[in-house]
Amino acid sequence: MKCNRLVDAGRRQFLRGGMMATAGAVASTVMTPEQAKAQAQGLARVDYPANRLANVADLEVNEPLDVSYPDPDSPGVLLKLGQAVEGGVGPDGDIVAFSVLCPHKGWMMSYSADDKTLNCPGHHSRFDCESGGQQIWGHATSNLAQFQLSVDDDGEIFANGVDELIYGRLSNVL
Amino acid sequence: MAYKRQIDRLPIIPADADEFNVSCHYCIVGCGYKAYTWPMNKQGGTAPSENKFGVDLSEQQFMESEAWYAPSMYNIVKQNGRDVHLVVKPDANCVVNSGLGSIRGARMAENRPSRVTGTQQQRLSDPMVWRNGVWQPTSWDDALDLVARVTAKVVMQGSEDDIVVSMFDHGGSAGGYENTWGTGKLYFDSMKIKNCRIHNRPAYNSEVHSSRDMGVDELNYAYEDYTLTDTIFMVGANSMETQTNLYLNHMVPGLQNGAKMIVVDPRRTLTIASSEQYAGPENVLHLAIKEGTDMALFNALMTHIVDQGWVDSDFITKSTFQGGEAVEQDAAHPAGLGSLDYAMQTCRTSLDEAAEICGVPAADIRQAAEWIAQPHDDGSRRKCVTCYEKGIIWGNDNYRTIGALVNIALATGNVGREGGGVCRLGGHQEGYFRPSEAHVGRPAEYIDQFLIRGLGGVHHIWACDHYKTTLNASEFKRVHKRRSDMVKDAIDMAAGGTREQVVDAIVSAINAGGLFVVDVDIIHSQIGQNAHVILPACESNEMNLTSMNGERRLRLSEKYMDPFGNSKPDALIAAGIAQHMERVLREMGEDAYADQFKGYDWETEEDAFMDGYGSAHTDVTYERLRAAGNNGVQEPVLGYEDGQLVGTPRLYTDGVFTRHGREDGKALFCAAGWRGWQAPGKAREQAAHRFWINNVRANIFWQNQFLDQDNDFVQDRYPHPFVEMHPDDMVDLGLNPGDLLEIINDNGVTQGMAYPMPTLKQNTVAMVFGSPAGSQGNVVNPGVNELVLPDYKHCWGDIRKISDATEQTRNISFKSHEIML
Ligand code: SF4
Ligand code: FES
Repeated sequence: MKCNRLVDAGRRQFLRGGMMATAGAVASTVMTPEQAKAQAQGLARVDYPANRLANVADLEVNEPLDVSYPDPDSPGVLLKLGQAVEGGVGPDGDIVAFSVLCPHKGWMMSYSADDKTLNCPGHHSRFDCESGGQQIWGHATSNLAQFQLSVDDDGEIFANGVDELIYGRLSNVL
Repeated sequence: MAYKRQIDRLPIIPADADEFNVSCHYCIVGCGYKAYTWPMNKQGGTAPSENKFGVDLSEQQFMESEAWYAPSMYNIVKQNGRDVHLVVKPDANCVVNSGLGSIRGARMAENRPSRVTGTQQQRLSDPMVWRNGVWQPTSWDDALDLVARVTAKVVMQGSEDDIVVSMFDHGGSAGGYENTWGTGKLYFDSMKIKNCRIHNRPAYNSEVHSSRDMGVDELNYAYEDYTLTDTIFMVGANSMETQTNLYLNHMVPGLQNGAKMIVVDPRRTLTIASSEQYAGPENVLHLAIKEGTDMALFNALMTHIVDQGWVDSDFITKSTFQGGEAVEQDAAHPAGLGSLDYAMQTCRTSLDEAAEICGVPAADIRQAAEWIAQPHDDGSRRKCVTCYEKGIIWGNDNYRTIGALVNIALATGNVGREGGGVCRLGGHQEGYFRPSEAHVGRPAEYIDQFLIRGLGGVHHIWACDHYKTTLNASEFKRVHKRRSDMVKDAIDMAAGGTREQVVDAIVSAINAGGLFVVDVDIIHSQIGQNAHVILPACESNEMNLTSMNGERRLRLSEKYMDPFGNSKPDALIAAGIAQHMERVLREMGEDAYADQFKGYDWETEEDAFMDGYGSAHTDVTYERLRAAGNNGVQEPVLGYEDGQLVGTPRLYTDGVFTRHGREDGKALFCAAGWRGWQAPGKAREQAAHRFWINNVRANIFWQNQFLDQDNDFVQDRYPHPFVEMHPDDMVDLGLNPGDLLEIINDNGVTQGMAYPMPTLKQNTVAMVFGSPAGSQGNVVNPGVNELVLPDYKHCWGDIRKISDATEQTRNISFKSHEIML
């Protein structure tokens, strides 16, 4: 299990200076910002890429996997919660993914396996991974951006969309 | 599932967007925000030259970026009759919040009324009168004519004492210097209304009489004192939730600089939990006293400090009264006031006595005294900033308890010095400028009881919803509804009659015990259901509005949009009432009385500001305040030099105390004698019921949710008022998370939703105050202190389940609020 105090300097620094997150496995196929931008232009809503995040077989219950979506600059977490939740995918209906940028001021959040929450070291906002990223308590004015997932016959997990504006971008697809 | 806005991008603020200064109109901290507006058919671009931030928005912005705004910070509103884009985002250059927003303030844009985006459609757009069984929208002249005719007739047939007024006294929101003056001039100058009360308490009185009587204004420090101090001593407050950015931007840096934190609260609050994270648990002392016993604790702290010789003798000699008793205890003073020695004769309490009364270890009280006052190892004095709020303001024995706390600050010389201060934390911003209220008297009339007794014939209500926010609310509502229904029935019976016949019918109903109700508000409130005339007001930023925050920082929050529909600033509504009163009284042949209603020829809120505040503070103008921006100037304003207003960072730096009006400038100590439960009925109620019903706030709601009740993000989180309970108590009562429950006692019944909170003591619950879906005031008894300050905080009841969790409540998160890092 990953340490609850997911505050290693590299991961934090990512947000200050654009260094890629290194902790944990990283998503494989992602669009380049250029490709994504091309898609975003001229449409009323952004056109989300379908990116492979991982395979169901890669996931262990309550072990967060670092992912990013819709591009490498938007870090997230992929979770198998162990219990079906609304919006969960996969054979057990328990796989979900969220942005880990706090929608208050964009600090990087850490996962607490103890109560399946994402917690912000900045000003102590908390989001419930079992309730669609509802803010349990905090300063943000939205619930947490969740990545919409699908799973194909081979167990490949894809992200296909996002339901809130991701911190730090005025368009979810840059 | 959690509420999601499904917004995937937002319009970009163009480089040439208009920019306005905004101080958040919610809590007292008054965080600085910037509003940006631009025409509908324009937008900024991602290139640095194309947007307001001058940065490349095609890239991910990093943490604490200025170049990002949340969907809640965006809306489309009317400006000069045209739809415009609006973004309201925290101002990084404001010293109050340094770019931080909160869950309340950062929703200001979204909580604006917009016919385009459909937000806040509950806002009132037009005056309405009760006609043929409904509230009919009408013209201002029609509505004001009816108000004036009924009001004038009732006064002429009886006296001004038959007019009852409930009116806000705060800044921010729809208050501020403009609107307190407009209403104040009408009721305290043109009229001399004695039967009036304030929005959150049943009389027209101070919440901190004793501090003022001791010479100490309740807002005497600067927020930077929290970063300069050795110890933060917080009582009955939960600033992480309710003065959020004061906590995050000033207290937290203080803690990170090594300050200690003492919190007196029966409940483990999030302020305590977060402070432990920021400062380390060893630097945070929580005194979890039994409810209502604060005064005994303060007296023991004071006694220990005096006995150890940790007092500031120079300060006491120079700045405090020396000759024994200065003010005798009497009907207007619930305690005697005088010198330190005089007060100590009454206050003396040992650590062990206090430990017994308060239910906390004597060693913890000693530790607190050391953190407050024990000199440093090098002999230098310790600095301590003291802050308090509703826990004792709405607590047991308000006068003496606050007096006992101010005693400690005075004895240790912690007023008027860097890193010191003894201040209330506050609710709204302040913005009070009215003619003298001396005619109201002290103690003031207990207005709720006055109305319940059947007295008064006309009730003018200004932005107060007593249905949600008064004590003894069950009975108040019953009587208010019965009396106002008598007038509604009379109006219905007179249907088809002339104005004169309708007015006669109303006055007959009043004479038979009815009540004519005029409600001025921004929404159709719960008490507004009893109104016969409803007058639509606008808020801050739909008008220019000046207020000062909790460190007396005065700002002009600028108008960036039109009032909704035909709504108006309260100041101009008051002026309209005055003008119609003058006209109607002249028609009645009452020229002398009519003359009293002259002097309201204000075109704008600025005219009202200059007529009131401006007349007493000639250096202050809108233009100068606009130039002073979001950092404004701290009151009192001393002058205008080199193109800038000159203010006062903290009061009493000269050691001269003036708030009591004494010519000697000496502060007084309070003889705060402990007497257990002060208010009638509390001891009996405590003995009769299992649960203490603590009345609490939550960061997500602003006040009684008057706007948040129409905000999906908020209502999704708490579809019913939360009642936090210890999980073992829930098991005991057969309650699951989200189950609906009732709280019952002799005063009434209220309802809410069970929410497990393992950090609560057993047999106590924490219920959110002022909820539209369950008023905690229903179960609070009518007990007040000698000066009619309510004890909302002390209320006991029994609990029973009324329903399993509903579809709505079942799926929300019930996890603990404390951070898990
Ligand atoms: S802390 Fe208070 S003033 Fe600041 S943004 Fe929040 S509600 Fe507004
Ligand atoms: S950035 Fe997460 S709580 Fe402020």
